[in-house]
Amino acid sequence: MKDGYYSIEQVFRIKAWDFASAGEASSQIKKILKQLGIDPALTRRVTIAAYEAEMNLIIHSVGGEMRLKVTPQSIIVTAEDRGPGIPDIALAMQEGYSTAPEIARELGFGAGMGLPNIKRCADRLNIQSSVGKGTLLEMYFDIKAG
Amino acid sequence: MKVSQMVDALSLKVLAGERFLDREAESGYCCDLLSRVMAKGKKGMAWITVQTHMNIVAVAALVEMACVIIPEGIEVDRKVLDKAEEEGIIVLSSDLTAFELAGKLYQMGITPVCEAVD
Repeated sequence: MKDGYYSIEQVFRIKAWDFASAGEASSQIKKILKQLGIDPALTRRVTIAAYEAEMNLIIHSVGGEMRLKVTPQSIIVTAEDRGPGIPDIALAMQEGYSTAPEIARELGFGAGMGLPNIKRCADRLNIQSSVGKGTLLEMYFDIKAG
Repeated sequence: MKVSQMVDALSLKVLAGERFLDREAESGYCCDLLSRVMAKGKKGMAWITVQTHMNIVAVAALVEMACVIIPEGIEVDRKVLDKAEEEGIIVLSSDLTAFELAGKLYQMGITPVCEAVD
């Protein structure tokens, strides 16, 4: 990591069912990380996880926001929504399990690989969900000293 | 192999990203489920898909693909192509099926995208 580099934080609003602008937040995140000179392989992992989280908000939630935080040691991406919440997180983490509606499946989503992809990409993952209230997904990525 | 060589050899139509045709294509993948593509996608891969909505541009850009190839002469919306242009994504089209395209690219030396995570 370069000297003279400060922590940054950026918030992105995600609207439910907004398939047309899907991927905008992840693209922004990717551009920011690129500008910060983050390692390209790490940037790819972060953006893939961010894209899956963004799609989850668009497909499954009533809307929410994503947050990118970069410190000298780590990159943290969070996705927080206002519902409907995940009744069974372990089941949602299973590859192939999906509750995506037909309209999302027609677009090529709903393979049941979103959360498993996120788990694979992130160094650490924290999900808290409460039915009727919402879900908080926190993804942590370590920046290794180069 | 340069994308332009694929375009010439298979008579592909260039729908977007003409100015990036000297980009290298190293591997290929054929899939219509975007999450699978995100999981397996490799930088510099050629992706064959029948999906033509806006999200293919986002996926191709995030994975940094060499190009997207739409089979069976399926039409792509102008808005999607404009977005592809803006993001520097090459979108190609062919009347061949995905199966034929993949077979021909394989014969030309495009390798299957490997499963290892980078």
